[in-house]
Amino acid sequence: MKKIIKYVITDILRNKIVLAYTIFLLAISFSVFSLEDNPTKGMLSLLNIILIVIPLISIIFSAIYIYNSAEFIELLVSQPLKRKSIWLSLFVGLSSSLSIAFLVGTALPVIIYAFSITGLVMIVIGLLLTIIFIAIAMLATLFTRDKAKGIGITILLWLYFSLLFDGLVLFLLFQFADYPVEKIMVVISAFNPIDLGRILILLKMDISALMGYTGAIFKNFFGTNLGLIISFIIMLLWIAIPVWLSVTKFHKKDL
Amino acid sequence: MKSVVHVIILTFLFFSTNATTIRVGNHQLFHTINSALLAASDRDTILVEKNVYFEKNIEITKQIILKGIDYPVLDGEHTYEIISIKADNVVVDGFKLQHSGVSSLVDIAGIKIYNKHNTQIINNILDDTFFGIYSQYGINCIIRNNSLNAHRTEEQQSGNGIHCWKSDSMQIIGNTISGHRDGIYFEFVTHSIIWRNYSFKNLRYGLHFMFSNDDAYVTNRFENNGSGVSVMYSHGVKMFNNYFKENWGDAAYGILLKEISDSYIQGNHFEKNTSGIYMEGAVRIDVTRNTFKNNGWALKIQASCMDIDLHENNFIGNTFDVGTNGSLVLNKFDKNFWDKYEGYDLNKDKIGDVPYRPVSMYSMIVEKYPSAMMLFRSFITSLMDKTEKVIPSLTPENLKDNSPLMKPLPL
Repeated sequence: MKKIIKYVITDILRNKIVLAYTIFLLAISFSVFSLEDNPTKGMLSLLNIILIVIPLISIIFSAIYIYNSAEFIELLVSQPLKRKSIWLSLFVGLSSSLSIAFLVGTALPVIIYAFSITGLVMIVIGLLLTIIFIAIAMLATLFTRDKAKGIGITILLWLYFSLLFDGLVLFLLFQFADYPVEKIMVVISAFNPIDLGRILILLKMDISALMGYTGAIFKNFFGTNLGLIISFIIMLLWIAIPVWLSVTKFHKKDL
Repeated sequence: MKSVVHVIILTFLFFSTNATTIRVGNHQLFHTINSALLAASDRDTILVEKNVYFEKNIEITKQIILKGIDYPVLDGEHTYEIISIKADNVVVDGFKLQHSGVSSLVDIAGIKIYNKHNTQIINNILDDTFFGIYSQYGINCIIRNNSLNAHRTEEQQSGNGIHCWKSDSMQIIGNTISGHRDGIYFEFVTHSIIWRNYSFKNLRYGLHFMFSNDDAYVTNRFENNGSGVSVMYSHGVKMFNNYFKENWGDAAYGILLKEISDSYIQGNHFEKNTSGIYMEGAVRIDVTRNTFKNNGWALKIQASCMDIDLHENNFIGNTFDVGTNGSLVLNKFDKNFWDKYEGYDLNKDKIGDVPYRPVSMYSMIVEKYPSAMMLFRSFITSLMDKTEKVIPSLTPENLKDNSPLMKPLPL
């Protein structure tokens, strides 16, 4: 298993796209911090990158990588190796290499320019989002053999998590405006890792505005240690459940 | 000739007043303040040495100066009003008052002024009093350099720090107030000044104005109060150079203005409040040269406001600059600095060439549906804000700053 992980990591790191991704992140983060005169505004722009760009790249890159290594996977399956360990090592390899890219590209500038609790939370959330979307992409690729279709599915999934879900929430909010929905909103936010991550970061960043009525409910839940632990467990579940599903699916799959 | 006679009469009067000094203490003739008060006559000075005095209620009915040496302690035993001032020209200076009574029928205070004028309450420390310093029909009184601290946790169970009711020409200067219901409370108080006070961690408001006209509050600090500062049903209020900081909560405001007219808000700093200024039914108010920094909402102007003139303010790092609840705008925004402004300045006159709209669509949505706060800074809301900027439909068309500044004002 270790050998496969090592092979996957070196394969991806040698890949020019990940290098380009790292440089792209690095360039954006540095320019964001040096263009804005106060680091808080830089953090805001970075927040958008973490919530939009990182899930997109993670999900599409992993999907393409899995499709491209279809023959390699078939070769591995023919060897006396457990299917579970093949799939898991692919996952570990992908997530560690993209995590390295993220850490170099974003965490480094954050630590240099705006090292604070907010920055730290941002790095952790970004890391978690990277891994979550890799897990989701790997699950999605198992549903179809067609590469174009598969990538289409992953793009749709990204669109759903970053835009459509929020649209639906807004729609529900308007429909149920007369009911006390604040507490339900806390539960609903658990159904989207991007939303959950955003709220966790904002609790550190825009504390004044969030102290309003609804914000206070968020604060009372997510701001406490218990809430923080629960939300991180939910984030980890967002990794564990797709991985587990894809492992069982890959186990039974007719390649 | 007439003036010479006047001078002679005055000198005669001066020497005939014959003011004496009475000392109170363990080794003095008088052991209690009340016995000294009985013996004293107008214009006497009573010096109180350091000790703990259980005097029940000290009622001052003569025009005397009551002065403590090294803060003698007057204890109200959780039952009594400690000092009641029922004479003009009284000075109370340098005492430590503690444990006044608590009542829901009578407003028991540490020091209470009953319908008198020219009283001075200076340099006292009040600890665990129900109401701190209470002025009822007081005229031309000075309350200076006192420190008031209470430890109550419920609004109903606690009184106000400095409470003025139907008073006139009061000077409230340099006091520190915390832990009371309202730090400073004004009701029907006119022509008074509140200057250099520090009011923090009070349960309700740091400063509370009701029906108090033509007052000024200058260079005060209001921090961390349950609901900030509230100014209601008054006119001619001047608010200069105050600091409003960290008033957090849904109903907490740097300043809450309700039914205020002809007033001035100038040179104040609003930092880290949930809402900097909240205006409802405010008319003809001049808001100039203030700094709004890192607030949730810098301003909330309800549509019931009229002729609010906002110019030359700095808006920096606020989550929302302006929130409103309707489309009617009868207020003027001019020459403010907004850090969210994205316009340009082609002719280099330091004024942006395109107007700035401080109300975002999302802030309108949040105003209507507070739960939408969950989507704060999400992709969809920024998308909506951008489209709204191009084609305004929900945000009020006239709410805009026609000449936004490119650089912050040095405030």
